[in-house]
Amino acid sequence: MNKIVEKELLSNNVVKLVIDAPRIAAKRKAGHFVIVKIDEKGERIPLTIADGDIKKGTITLIIQQVGVTSHKLMMMEAGDTIMDMVGPLGHATEIEKVGTVLCAGGGVGIAPMLPIARAFQEAGNRVICVLAARNKELLILEEEVRMCSDEVIIMTDDGSYGKQGLVTHGMEEVLDREKVNFAVTIGPAIMMKYAALTTKKYNVPTIASLNTIMVDGTGMCGACRVTVDGKTMFVCVDGPEFDAHKIDYDEMIMRLGAYEVEERAAYERFMKKTKV
Amino acid sequence: MDSRYKLFKSKIGNSRKVNNLNHNIMEERKDFLKEERQQEWRSELRKSIKAKERTDIPRVKMLEQDPFERAKNSAEVNQGLTEDMAFKEARRCLDCADPTCISGCPVGINIPKFIKRIESGDILEAAKVLKETNALPAVCGRVCPQEVQCEINCFYVQKLKKDPVAIGFLERFAADYERNSGKMSVPEVLERNGVKVGIIGSGPSGLAVAGDMIKWGYDVTVFEALHEIGGVLKYGIPEFRLPNEVVDVEIDNLRKMGVKFEINFIVGKTATVDDLKADGFEVFFVGSGAGLPNFMNIPGENYTGIFSSNEYLTRVNLMNAADEEYDTPVFSGKKVAVIGGGNTAMDSVRTSKRLGADNSMIIYRRSIEEMPARVEEVHHAQEEGIEFMNLNSPLEYFADDKGRVRSMKLQKMRLGEPDSSGRRRPIPIEGSEYMVDVDTVIVAIGVSPNPLIPSSMPELKMSDWGTIIVNKETMESSIPGVFAGGDIVRGGATVILAMGDGRKAAAGMHEYLKKNVLKK
Ligand SMILES: Cc1cc2nc3c(=O)[nH]c(=O)nc-3n(C[C@H](O)[C@H](O)[C@H](O)COP(=O)(O)OP(=O)(O)OC[C@H]3O[C@@H](n4cnc5c(N)ncnc54)[C@H](O)[C@@H]3O)c2cc1C
Ligand code: SF4
Ligand code: FES
Repeated sequence: MNKIVEKELLSNNVVKLVIDAPRIAAKRKAGHFVIVKIDEKGERIPLTIADGDIKKGTITLIIQQVGVTSHKLMMMEAGDTIMDMVGPLGHATEIEKVGTVLCAGGGVGIAPMLPIARAFQEAGNRVICVLAARNKELLILEEEVRMCSDEVIIMTDDGSYGKQGLVTHGMEEVLDREKVNFAVTIGPAIMMKYAALTTKKYNVPTIASLNTIMVDGTGMCGACRVTVDGKTMFVCVDGPEFDAHKIDYDEMIMRLGAYEVEERAAYERFMKKTKV
Repeated sequence: MDSRYKLFKSKIGNSRKVNNLNHNIMEERKDFLKEERQQEWRSELRKSIKAKERTDIPRVKMLEQDPFERAKNSAEVNQGLTEDMAFKEARRCLDCADPTCISGCPVGINIPKFIKRIESGDILEAAKVLKETNALPAVCGRVCPQEVQCEINCFYVQKLKKDPVAIGFLERFAADYERNSGKMSVPEVLERNGVKVGIIGSGPSGLAVAGDMIKWGYDVTVFEALHEIGGVLKYGIPEFRLPNEVVDVEIDNLRKMGVKFEINFIVGKTATVDDLKADGFEVFFVGSGAGLPNFMNIPGENYTGIFSSNEYLTRVNLMNAADEEYDTPVFSGKKVAVIGGGNTAMDSVRTSKRLGADNSMIIYRRSIEEMPARVEEVHHAQEEGIEFMNLNSPLEYFADDKGRVRSMKLQKMRLGEPDSSGRRRPIPIEGSEYMVDVDTVIVAIGVSPNPLIPSSMPELKMSDWGTIIVNKETMESSIPGVFAGGDIVRGGATVILAMGDGRKAAAGMHEYLKKNVLKK
């Protein structure tokens, strides 16, 4: 169990791992995540399940390198084993036939968005995806998203690919042009904040999938808490998806930065050690 | 009287009647206990010293690490009794004709019998007596609130107005002696009968069920959501109070007896009870605990630097965050406020001291006498220089521009009339608000039952408090074949009650299987 069967670099800092996890593969649905602890001394981090294959008993995780743990994951190879992995966690996305669904994904958030877009399309919806990345090189999973969308708009910050601009520009293009019944946004917190403001203007019900700091992932610690509609919620058990128009993004951004200092120090220690 | 007992005296009041926690067990076992007491070795031992001589011996003092030293390390505070000390303390016990101490023990340990075994020098036998009714004596000897269970019911307190026999210390002594002797008995197990039993949660309740069911020949699997076995014993209670090693030995024993453990397995997510039924599991025990931390819902509570005690303790105990070699971070704040007065609050505040806080304080809305923590923990915390700010309650938190907590507004309280819990109700004093600087806040105001299992089993009957409703005799829930116990049934309770529930549930499950499965 938990053996990496396939590894692929999607960009210079994003890796795709296909992992043998038959139990999780059998249960997972779009929107679910796992908690992973790489080795004896590792931390527990949440990772959204980007894809799964019941027959092969595998799940796919897509990881962007940001700190020690994601760096260690990038360094793992096919054949290596992840020590602890538990899931599937969280509530699955509620998929219904609603008409037209706009999916706005940014950066590595495109990975968790993929299964949701696919599920909406399979349920008979018209799916339009807006993918945003800093530049062409950092854009991931374009092919896969195209396979399950009726239309794909690509936005890059520097205009190196698709159109130049932010995710919200691509969204507005669609929202100005046609009736959208539902929207999904996944990406960096700040991006989701503006994506939500955009759909709010057009009165389109929207969900955002949140990736907060977590420890247990079972509702036991409250590390993952966010404020939604004025109430404290635990992302791991109440989410990870919430009404995007009611999330306190500023608080979430602040909480995501809680360990900035500790994490930077740990990363420096780690880099020093790996170089030696 | 020893100061710690003064505290507990004032805490529960001298007039408190013998509390018959387990009246039924006592009645049923009366004749049996009498018979045992009349055995020759015990009669002889009783007669060997005059009662007056016994009662003149002062209560033993636990060997402890120096408060100043121990606040800098994570080693166990209590160092245990030496054989001589234990022997002397065991002599204090009068082997009463009516051993009222037993009625205070939630699992009805035959207290005088095990103590007299120590006095007669047969310590391994003493450990066996403990294990007749208590699956984890080395744990309970360390964490049970003896001062409100067995010890308060001891003849010394009730009739002599003296310090009780140190039942808890002696329990720990006998259990540790056995563990260290290398002669730990692995209980015999019956031949496997192939009937599959699923236990959800590896806390004390689940471990107790596992211990009994495996002895009776069942095929036992314990499912645990986390990557470690032990529940609160591992992720909650710190090393300085309950070393992991003590718990691990017990878990190893269960393994040796044939219990299978599945970690990283959340029943209700990884597989449902129905999936497990399809896999051949015939009966279940839910011991999923009270894992959901409560917050006060006051302004600013989500600032960074404010944790639930569960998060703080999990980072330190389960994830080893204080060790740089481990990847999990934790704040080592310098000015730490812990909100609450229970064991969890004491564990958190003393942990913060060990992580290097200059100033660690307890903020509790009632007075020290009403604190629900074990008396020994309060006493140890005081010795370690924890500041107790009783009759205070936080109203709001304030942060810097990064959202990191920097101060809190407190309000002073006074005590009014007793409420339904019998404790005097705290009443806010208007206009008494003031500010205190803090850089870390730990909220330890209690926990609610873990909703994972209930939400995955809609047919399960629940109380308004989110606890599973069970038949008190058999511990069976509203779903036949699904039993439950421990904190998920009681709300936050104690290790010994969870274990007692587990043993009762095991008996209930055994009966159920005899009727419904084994016969077929
Ligand atoms: C910090 C702290 C200090 C304490 N100090 C004391 C003390 O000094 N004395 C005392 O008597 N009591 C103390 N207690 C209380 C005592 O620890 C609990 O009452 C006791 O552990 C409850 O046991 P349990 O078996 O019900 O559950 P727990 O010990 O809570 O264990 C439940 C286990 O179930 C797992 N689980 C939950 N849901 C699932 C699922 N769906 N699938 C699989 N696994 C699941 C959890 O991960 C957990 O490991 C303390 C508690 C805390 C938090
Ligand atoms: S009540 Fe006290 S003295 Fe009497 S048997 Fe129990 S421990 Fe011994
Ligand atoms: S991660 Fe601990 S409660 Fe959500």
